[in-house]
Amino acid sequence: MGFFRQVLVVTSKDLRAELRTKEAINASLAFALVILVLFSFAFDPLEETTRAISGGLLWIVFAFAGALVFNRSFTRELPNDCLDALVAAPVSAPALFLGKSLANYVLVLAMELIALVVFGVFYNVHWTQFFWQLMLVVALGNWGMTVIGTVFSALTVNLRLREVMLPLLIYPMLLPALAAAMQLTGYLVTGTPISSQNIAWLQMLAGFDVIFTAVSLVLIEHVLVG
Amino acid sequence: MKEKIAYGLGVIAMVLFARNIYLIAGLPQEVNQGAIFKIIFFHAPMAITAMYCSCVALIGSVMFLITKNFKYDALAVAVTEVGLGFLLANLITGSIWARVIWGVWWAWDVRLTSALVCWLLYAGYLMLRRAIEEPTQRATFAAVFSIFAFLDVPLVYFSIRLFRTQHPGPVFFSSEGSFPPDWSAIFALNMLALTLLAAVMTIVRLGQENAQREIDSLRRTAHAI
Amino acid sequence: MSAVAVDGVWKFYGDYPALRDIRLEAPEGSCLALIGRNGAGKTTLLRTVAGFMRPGRGSIRILGKSPRETETRRSMGFIGHGIAVYDELSAIENLTLYGRLYGLPDPKKSAVEWLERTGLERVRNGLVREFSRGMRQRLAVARAFLHEPRVLLLDEPFTALDDRAIAVLQRLLREALAANKTIVLSTHQLREALELASHVALLARGQVAFHGPCTPEMVSDPGYVYARYGEG
Repeated sequence: MGFFRQVLVVTSKDLRAELRTKEAINASLAFALVILVLFSFAFDPLEETTRAISGGLLWIVFAFAGALVFNRSFTRELPNDCLDALVAAPVSAPALFLGKSLANYVLVLAMELIALVVFGVFYNVHWTQFFWQLMLVVALGNWGMTVIGTVFSALTVNLRLREVMLPLLIYPMLLPALAAAMQLTGYLVTGTPISSQNIAWLQMLAGFDVIFTAVSLVLIEHVLVG
Repeated sequence: MKEKIAYGLGVIAMVLFARNIYLIAGLPQEVNQGAIFKIIFFHAPMAITAMYCSCVALIGSVMFLITKNFKYDALAVAVTEVGLGFLLANLITGSIWARVIWGVWWAWDVRLTSALVCWLLYAGYLMLRRAIEEPTQRATFAAVFSIFAFLDVPLVYFSIRLFRTQHPGPVFFSSEGSFPPDWSAIFALNMLALTLLAAVMTIVRLGQENAQREIDSLRRTAHAI
Repeated sequence: MSAVAVDGVWKFYGDYPALRDIRLEAPEGSCLALIGRNGAGKTTLLRTVAGFMRPGRGSIRILGKSPRETETRRSMGFIGHGIAVYDELSAIENLTLYGRLYGLPDPKKSAVEWLERTGLERVRNGLVREFSRGMRQRLAVARAFLHEPRVLLLDEPFTALDDRAIAVLQRLLREALAANKTIVLSTHQLREALELASHVALLARGQVAFHGPCTPEMVSDPGYVYARYGEG
C-alpha cells in the first residue's frame, strides 16, 4: 500500500475518533476563547496599541490552545495499548507520524480559524485585509507548530506529567516559527502587506518548516521503536 | 588514569586563570565603558564554550542513536549540563554588564536573548531526562531532543537578530572588532582556560554518570534474584 | 527455514541484561509455548521478537526477514496486554480500519467475516466502550487474526479471558495451526497453552532454561517443566 495511502488511513482514523468525542477540539476552542477574553483585561481592546500587538496575541492563543490538541495526539493511543497495534502494523513510522501530523493540523487549523473570527470581533481587527497572505502565514506557522507538537507528543506520551512537559518543551523550540508568524500576522492585520521589508520572516518560517519536517521524518523511527 | 588527566587539566586551567586575572586587572580601562568592559574576557568565552558543549552533545546524541552505546549518552548529558552552567554564567555576567552600562538588569539584546532561549531549550533536555525512568528510552528520547535543539539554535539566533533589525534596541560590545593585539592574546588564553575547565567538569560528570549506570544495573540484578 | 528464529539476542535496560543470549526457533506450523515466572523476560522477549524494541545484540528473523520490515509485519499478528482497539469507534469501524492499515483488498468484507467468526456480528455497530470484557477480548482476537497472519505472537492471551473467549481463541488457534500458521505464545495458563503447544521454552532470569518438544508429561502435569528445569 502506498505511503500516502497509509498516511491518509491514519489521518482519517484520528479525525474520525476525534470528531466522535470532540474532547480535544472542544477543550482547545474553549481555552482559546478564555484567553482572548482574559487578554482584554491585560490590554484594552479599544486602544490602537493593542491592534499593533494583535499578531503576537493571536499566536500565543494559537500556541497554547494548540498544545491541547498535540497532547491528545499520541495519548489517544494509550488506552488499550492501541499504539502497539499501530507500531506492529505494516505502516512505516514516517507514515504514522505524517498521518497524525495532518490530523493535528486540520484540528488546530479549525480552532485557529474560529479563534480568528472571534478575535476580529472582540478586538475590532480587520484581518481580512490581506486574506490570502494571512492564510499563507497561518498555514505555514501552523505546520511548524504541528510538526514539533506531534513529535514531542510522541516523546512525552509515556510521561506522568505530559500535559505540563509538552508545552514546556515545545515553546522554546518553536520560538523562531512563532516569532515569524507573530511578526507577519502583526503586519498583515494592521495593514502592511508582505513585501521585501518583511519577506525574511516568511523565509524563516518556511525554512523552519522544511528543516524540522525533514528531521522529524528521519528521527521518528527511533521515537516509536525502542 | 582519567582522574589524573582531569586533575592535570584542572591545574593548568587554574594557573591560566590566575595569570589572566592578574594581567586583566593590569590592563588599561576601555574608553567608553570603563572597567566593566573587562567582563568580556569571561562573558564571551563562556558563550563560546557553551556552543562547543552543544556541538559535543550533538555528536554524543547522534553516536548513541547509531551505536546504542550508553557511553555516548553519558557524554551527551555530562556536556549538556556543563554547557548549561556556562550559559547561565554568561547570562549573569551579561546581566551585570547591562546593569552597569545601561542601568537595567535585562535589555533583550540579541545575544543575551538568544542565550536565554538556548538555556531554556537545553534545560528542557534535562527535564525530559528526569521524567523518563527506563534507561534506554531515556537515552533515545534525550538524543532525539538534543538533535532538535541543536538545529534550533541557529534558527533562534537568526530570528532574534531579525527581530532586532526591525525593532532596534540596545546593543552590547559593539566595539568587538577593535581589540588590541595583546588583549586578543589574553582573550584566547582565557578561552583556553575556560575550555579546559569545561573539559574537567565534563570528565568528572561522566565518571559520575557511568557509576550511576553501574549502580542501576546492579540494583536491577539484585531485584531479579 | 524457521518461521521465527531468535539468534543470540540480548536486550539491555541501561547496563542490565533483561535477555541474555536467547536462542530459539519455531518451525513453520508449530506452536511454541513460552513459560516462566513473572520477571523472567517473556514479555520483553515477545515484544522484541514482534519488533517493538530492537535487541542490543543478536538478530531476530520472522519468515527470514527482520520484524521491522513492512512486508514482515503484514504477515504478523500480535496480541499484547491491551486489546488494541479504539473505544470511541464501533467494532466494525475498528476492524475496517485495521483492514485498511494492513492493505487488505476488501477491508469491510474481512471485518464482517471476522466479526462472525468471533461471535460479534450482532454488535458490529456498537461502540467498543460499551462492550463487556469478554466481547472486548474477542474483538482483540478478531483484530489480530483479521489479516490472516502467518505468524502469531501472543503475550499471555488467556489471562483474564472469560470461558467463551477462551473457547473462541482456542478454536481459532487450532484452525490456524491446521493451516500451517506458526504461533508463539507466552503464558501463565499452562494447561490451555500446553494443550495447543508442540514445543515449550522455559525462560528463567532472561535466559532459556529449557527448549524442546512438548511431551505428554508436561501436559498432564504443567508444573513438571518448572520442577525439572527451572527453580520450581
